[in-house]
Amino acid sequence: MTAYTATVTVRLKRGVLDPEAETTQKTLERLGFELADLRSADQFEVDLDADDAEAAAERADEMAQRLLANPTLHDYDVVVEEQGA
Amino acid sequence: MTVSVVQFGGSNCDRDAVRALDRIGVDAERVWHEDGLPADTEGVVLPGGFSYGDYLRAGAMAAHSPIMNEVREAAEAGIPVLGVCNGAQIGSESRLTPGAFTTNASARFQCEHVHLRVENADTPWTAAYEAGEVVSLPIAHGEGRFEIEDERYEALVDDDRVLFRYCDADGDVTDAANPNGSTGNVAGVLGESKNVAVLMPHPERASLEELGGVDGQGVLEGFA
Repeated sequence: MTAYTATVTVRLKRGVLDPEAETTQKTLERLGFELADLRSADQFEVDLDADDAEAAAERADEMAQRLLANPTLHDYDVVVEEQGA
Repeated sequence: MTVSVVQFGGSNCDRDAVRALDRIGVDAERVWHEDGLPADTEGVVLPGGFSYGDYLRAGAMAAHSPIMNEVREAAEAGIPVLGVCNGAQIGSESRLTPGAFTTNASARFQCEHVHLRVENADTPWTAAYEAGEVVSLPIAHGEGRFEIEDERYEALVDDDRVLFRYCDADGDVTDAANPNGSTGNVAGVLGESKNVAVLMPHPERASLEELGGVDGQGVLEGFA
């Protein structure tokens, strides 16, 4: 078994209203920043032991499907890195 | 009939639901989620509140509590199941009902009275009303915006599974009368069958004449 960190990033699907991101963007603009758009995302770092990176990714993917993301609202991606690599 | 009102850590409308059901002659009791559904359960309320502090997404944690497997089995057996507010979020997160309830368009918690138009009066939850009737119920939520994929929304409408839409006092479904940016002003929907329903407004908080009216009683009569 090898120790991995799976980073799961959960974003709202394009087209789904993100009021928190809109509010954040407005505040950045109030601070004088120029920006075209802003999107927010949740990121989860999951430490886990697995036989290989593929198995680690598969388990993290299932975590995203079953809990971390809501398929009605979100897209997600999973990136796996060996710990200490 | 004994209705089990399921308490999760952070539920806070469970007593109100029991009281409101008692008042219309429906026997109800609070059930701690870890204890499972009693064998004589003939109805289930998923009450409002802030289960698990709304961690991750409102309702996401409670939706995976083991008792929800029992609630799903009860629903499939035809037992009436009603999710209110946080209970609606739990219902959608557990996929008992379609779509999702997410952050209000205002990005704020909203606590106010709204008007609702009864869309389908041919369900246990709306049989007390006429189709097109306008009722007034309170809302109290930060994550009540109903979101659903376009094709699923069309199917929901085609299948007559929308129970209530936010409207103005005249029953017109307008953007101005939509408190949270919900798709199609949807405030409540049916699950796959008519015995399962969720809604964001609080019928149990509109069940005493002295406290703002009894427009919500009709929904609770789904258990009568």
